[in-house]
Amino acid sequence: MGVKRRAFLIGGAALIGGGLFAVSWSETAATRRAAKLVGKNKAGVFLTWIRIGEDDTVTIFSPHVDIGQGSLTGLAQMAADELDADWTKIVLESAPVNDAFANAPLAKGFGGELLPFSIPPFLKGIAGSTFAMMARNIPLQVTGGSSSVRATGQLGMRVAGAAARRALIAAAARRLSVPEVELHTASSKVIHAKSGRSLRYGELAAEAADMTLLAAPRLKDAKDYRLIGKPIPRLDIPAKVDGSARYGMDVLLPDLRVATIMAAPVRGGKLESVDPAPAMAIKGVEKVVKLDNAVAVVAKGYWQALTGLRALSPKFSDGGHGALSSTSISAAQADKIKADKPDNKSGHGDVPAALASSGVKLVEADYAVPFIHHAMMEPFALTAHFKDGKLELWGGVQDPLHSRKAAAEAADISTDHVTFHPMIMGGAFGRRLPGYCEIIGQVVQIAKQTPYPIKLVWSREEEVQHGTYRPQASAHLKAALDKHGRIAGWTTDYAQSADATRETRFIYDIPAFALRHYEFATNQHDGAWRSVNSNQNGFYSESFMDELAHAAGEDPYQFRRKHLRPGSRHMAVLDDVAKRSGWGAPLAAGHGRGMAMVESFNTIVAHVIEASVGDDGRPRAHKVWSSVDCGLVVNPDGAAAQIMGGIIMALSSCVDEAITLDKGAVMQSNFHDYPLLRLAEAPDVDVHFLESDASMGGLGEPGVPPTAPALANAIFAATGKRIRQLPFRNQANSLKPVNVAAPIATSTSAKTPKPGFEPRALGPLEARTTA
Amino acid sequence: MAIDAQVNGKSFSIEADPDTPLLWVIREELGLTGTKFGCGIGACGACSVHIDGEIARSCRIPVGSVAGKTITTIEGIAASDGTLHPVQRAWIDAQVPQCGYCQSGQIMAAVALIAKTGRPSPASVDRAMTNICRCGTYPRIRKAILAATGQAAAAARGDS
Repeated sequence: MGVKRRAFLIGGAALIGGGLFAVSWSETAATRRAAKLVGKNKAGVFLTWIRIGEDDTVTIFSPHVDIGQGSLTGLAQMAADELDADWTKIVLESAPVNDAFANAPLAKGFGGELLPFSIPPFLKGIAGSTFAMMARNIPLQVTGGSSSVRATGQLGMRVAGAAARRALIAAAARRLSVPEVELHTASSKVIHAKSGRSLRYGELAAEAADMTLLAAPRLKDAKDYRLIGKPIPRLDIPAKVDGSARYGMDVLLPDLRVATIMAAPVRGGKLESVDPAPAMAIKGVEKVVKLDNAVAVVAKGYWQALTGLRALSPKFSDGGHGALSSTSISAAQADKIKADKPDNKSGHGDVPAALASSGVKLVEADYAVPFIHHAMMEPFALTAHFKDGKLELWGGVQDPLHSRKAAAEAADISTDHVTFHPMIMGGAFGRRLPGYCEIIGQVVQIAKQTPYPIKLVWSREEEVQHGTYRPQASAHLKAALDKHGRIAGWTTDYAQSADATRETRFIYDIPAFALRHYEFATNQHDGAWRSVNSNQNGFYSESFMDELAHAAGEDPYQFRRKHLRPGSRHMAVLDDVAKRSGWGAPLAAGHGRGMAMVESFNTIVAHVIEASVGDDGRPRAHKVWSSVDCGLVVNPDGAAAQIMGGIIMALSSCVDEAITLDKGAVMQSNFHDYPLLRLAEAPDVDVHFLESDASMGGLGEPGVPPTAPALANAIFAATGKRIRQLPFRNQANSLKPVNVAAPIATSTSAKTPKPGFEPRALGPLEARTTA
Repeated sequence: MAIDAQVNGKSFSIEADPDTPLLWVIREELGLTGTKFGCGIGACGACSVHIDGEIARSCRIPVGSVAGKTITTIEGIAASDGTLHPVQRAWIDAQVPQCGYCQSGQIMAAVALIAKTGRPSPASVDRAMTNICRCGTYPRIRKAILAATGQAAAAARGDS
């Protein structure tokens, strides 16, 4: 399908005039709330997604930013399909960073009015905990929560496209003096078949845009989709293969100066003193800027700034966190769980009674995961320019509208005096969500002190050491198997900073289940790492499900089936992945298969991983089969890429990645000691989508959570060794095949073996089976 | 001091401290921002360019060492009439990029590999392609390289 190069204009595109279609959301509760927020828009909030030019060019304004997820093309497909637009004339632009373009359908989706999930935890920091507060207070343009297609697309783009199409038909009916029912649309034309006359959308756009649009137009039935469900090439890709795509790092402006920064190594510490002289002696260095908890160097270019920064010997305090380490956190979390006073509880049934019943077999295990870092390929870079009391910013953040507000607050000026130019991001994965972008305050403070535009670039070292990590967490799981080998009751006790109750879906049909959270804060700024808490909670529960299957003497696949409702979506997904992966068929010597299924972001994903352990003790995933039910799939190729990417990123994290603390400071600094998976170790990935008419789920994140447990379960099948602590590489010595007994068939093992490896950095392991 | 070099077929006389990494001269002095900064220690490969036809990680190459040499960046591999390099074409056909930030370096590494080996085997792709991609596009990178070198059957393996 021919798409012009200019079809993707995120970053640097200017708004020009044209017939702008505005769909009024005034009939919805979301809009009434949002209208209060932007009261100056007298007619309520208008979501201005679509512009049709006289030349038939259809511009789709995306309120989401490009973090590599590909969903912007999906949004354009949805709008263009309902509009019956000619796809070759579609142009995608980022929506202006203005309240008028705040994403009310997304807020509505998060509010749970149409989607069965509530406000995601990563927004709580800015939103309070309720949708009502969010609608009142939040200039929402966020990209996160695997939400763009299912919320903005379903509730926004499709409605806008359908409403605009109806207005174009109405305008054509008036122009041709024929009844609307005699008209149909195709390829950006309104056609009157009876008379053979037709009108181009470009000819009708201005007149149609003046009409009152339908707030709830009828959407297409699935059989009529022309673009939805098709693997249409992504509009952003051509500019990403020839070097022309512009990221926040790539901003070049007249008189631009580059700054780089070093914050207190111990988060919470302050800058006590620094002598600027050694930096000022470096050629090209212009200024040393002291901030409350950091020091920055401004220079002609990045290299001079970095050389200047490295010449400094700043003194920082440790904020009272100097005794903190990963080991101390792990021990304290275990103690907190043992003390048995959870801060948050959810679940169903009487778990204590189930665990105390006579004749049950109790199974318990401890799991632990480290802090992990987003490590997006583009380190943070944000450019700011103060001029005549106004502030202009360029860069990539997951919520430009909120970032504009944050910049205004940091500069102590009105938001009206701040312009934000959103740029493409070299990855985000949750790192660039609102509340995590310390760089905004930093660059504003530096830019305030200079007449020039300042591009603040974080070194990779700064990024690794001052991330907003997936929290370090510990868990104790306990369950009772009845005399038929069925789960009678199950408790997950987990200690970490955030309460994961709202986002955790326990998928098995058992009489009693309890999820108990023990709040445990550290000095780190814990963040949302692709799939957020479903990541570690999926690791615990799906590893433990495997342990329970073995304790019951059953095949892990059949054991899961016995705890799922017949005919359920979960059962269909599980059966699909088992069938496609050849579950139960013989494997090469030393190989094992592991299975896991997690529901997150309203999407059900099951993986089977075939893996082995090398002579060096390093686990290696050879092949991953993934079955996915996310409801409607808008772009199958882009959807498969998201699941594949989630799996590979998750493999990287569970095999290799750990941020560890010592004396309160992060020990890792770059890719030599925070290694990421490379191509040679990337397995083949085979993704299959099960079509279902369930409400749409997300795709950016749900591929992640089943990955670590599926690999751990595969390693158990291959070696008989159970990994309960991440990352795997810390257990490489114990996994070396020296001590390996004959591989255990996935269908038979009845025992939970004792861990055959030494406790490593994160503290002792424990697993016991009591009859 | 002035350093003379050819970049994408044009001669430049660059005024820079010879210790400055080539990457920052390419990006900030020449304005060729397709070559990316990822780590600064030569570990990720986002800054990959060709120096006299050899793959190099420009964040670790002092600009003083490239005097008189021929440098090619991602902006310089398409034909002069704008026709994409077959590897770029293969990247689009396989829909490889996600965030795209590492892809300039991945493409430069692939172009150098193919120039050297003609038809790299899957094993030599695994050995040569050591650039990091955080989005997890590796299976499609493998597929695109094999497809670009006429190995469509092998490329079908690992498709997702």
